[in-house]
Amino acid sequence: MNKVNPLIVSDQLARRQWLSRLFKHFCTGVTFLAVAILGVLIFQVSVAGFGWLDWQFLTSFPSRFPERAGIYSALVGTLWLVTLTASLAIPIGVLAAIYLEEYAPKNRFTAFIEVNIANLAGVPSIVYGILGLAVFVRFMGLERSVLAGAMTMSLLVMPVIIIAAKEAIRAVPSSLRQAAFAVGATRWQVVRHHVLPSAIPGILTGVILALSRAIGETAPLIMIGALTYVAFVPEGPLDEFTALPIQIFNWTARPQETFHELAAGGIIVLLAILLLMNATAVYIRYRGSKR
Amino acid sequence: MKLILFIGLGFMLAGCGGASDPSSDQGLSGAVRLDGSSTVFPISEAVAEEYLAVQPRVRVTVGVSGTGGGFKKFLNGEIDINAASRPIKESEYERATSTDIGLIEIPVAFDGLSVVVNQDNDWVDFLTVSELNRIWQPDSVVRTWKDVRPEWPDEEIKLYGPGTDSGTFDYFTGTINGKEQASRPDFTASEDDNVLVQGIAGDRYSLGYFGFAYYQENKTKIRSVAIDGGNGPIAPTAITINDGSYAPLSRPIYIYINALSLEKPAVSNFIDFYLANAGQLAAEVGYIALPPAVYAAAGDRVALRETGSSYRGEQPLPMLTAVK
Repeated sequence: MNKVNPLIVSDQLARRQWLSRLFKHFCTGVTFLAVAILGVLIFQVSVAGFGWLDWQFLTSFPSRFPERAGIYSALVGTLWLVTLTASLAIPIGVLAAIYLEEYAPKNRFTAFIEVNIANLAGVPSIVYGILGLAVFVRFMGLERSVLAGAMTMSLLVMPVIIIAAKEAIRAVPSSLRQAAFAVGATRWQVVRHHVLPSAIPGILTGVILALSRAIGETAPLIMIGALTYVAFVPEGPLDEFTALPIQIFNWTARPQETFHELAAGGIIVLLAILLLMNATAVYIRYRGSKR
Repeated sequence: MKLILFIGLGFMLAGCGGASDPSSDQGLSGAVRLDGSSTVFPISEAVAEEYLAVQPRVRVTVGVSGTGGGFKKFLNGEIDINAASRPIKESEYERATSTDIGLIEIPVAFDGLSVVVNQDNDWVDFLTVSELNRIWQPDSVVRTWKDVRPEWPDEEIKLYGPGTDSGTFDYFTGTINGKEQASRPDFTASEDDNVLVQGIAGDRYSLGYFGFAYYQENKTKIRSVAIDGGNGPIAPTAITINDGSYAPLSRPIYIYINALSLEKPAVSNFIDFYLANAGQLAAEVGYIALPPAVYAAAGDRVALRETGSSYRGEQPLPMLTAVK
């Protein structure tokens, strides 16, 4: 053991504390920069679009007259899309995560699957669009239905859900499982009564963040041929549809300035939905941690 | 196999329109599926919007897959109508022939490609077609405005134009450089014409081109250049584009109808409505109406189920369809 030289320590102390303060200020600055950029964006969008937000905007179909145009079909289409995507992607994603964490043997094949899922999470969304067009729209003959869109979106968000669910399941202490096994519980009982209830907040947070991503995606929908002008709302999963990002994209590309303002209005609605979903995630996590 | 698919498709199409009640015009139902060029979209949207008031139970949908993407769907029998900002290409036409898809070509409006410069550009009075060609040809040596005309400033020209996937790019390069897609590569390209407007509005030494509607909406920010196509400089206006004197940069935009789809009452009724209103609605959304005779001739072609394209393998001439 070397003896500590008190002179060197005191000499370095000021420098180290200075470095520590510097790092703190740097982190604060970066955080504020990120928030400021977001603030400017939200401010700009609000200034442009807030005047257009009213009941008529939410309940009208698209129109060539900006004052008559609305996002009704896009809004309902987005809600259809996210509901169907959730009901497809959540069960498959969560069950896959349970299998990989609780049942799958730890061998090369499992590792191979896990690496592939991680890779899939990084594949550009348009690639899923191409796949959806070939498999769901053409091969399965679903045409440009909201179901085809939801299936494509499910593929897109499933890797994210699986990874989030796996992390949440892994975070459940193994002592919990062992205690249950010790009193004679089966694997199913352990998963059902102990692992899942503790992992649910984490799983749901991941699920909602994944669905939030699905709501904002445009590229795969355009690829599978989701429509731009639709003056009806889907009545079933096989009906044609449009979605908010597509409507926003179309309005921003128009020559008339007023349509750009309408697009800003659409963005506010989309942001509100996203915020609502994220707030739900925060609430669920809060409730889960209280238990 | 192909035959089975084709018959299956026929049944499907028949199934879509078959639900309608032919006895009353008001009671039409069914689906009309449009896709294609984003340039034509505002017109189709306007027609679909008005049609909704007349036939509320017909589901009209409009997509924007681009002219080429739309033709792929059209030739797969997935849509009834494809909107195109350029005439059908020979390769697409051959596919239609080989898959037995009869197509009826209908011009719906004129779009004048506008060549524009910055508002503070006080030297350009007009450009000739050969000057444009010297600027935009693939191996162009023009770097500064002075290279175009000696009396112009010795400042670098900043070029802006639509992306290579757009029909506007195809048309401009075909007309000015003699070959579609042949263009110098060193220009700022964007699929979003608003981005081009922003770029040109912010740069005194810029030059660019895009659809007339985008110029019309931004007249306070940018300036259009009169084009001399051999008969003196002509500026793009509703009048010069309509009467064909703004040549050669005004182009017709089209819809292509699947002849088989016309057997569906909803589609056929929608097409009649489209032709009756295209002129007025095109003008409302920033395009130039065709002469009434052209819409009448197009109506005859639909009534006679006259398939084919007038522009096969040739450069489109704006007034050709009008004369026909």
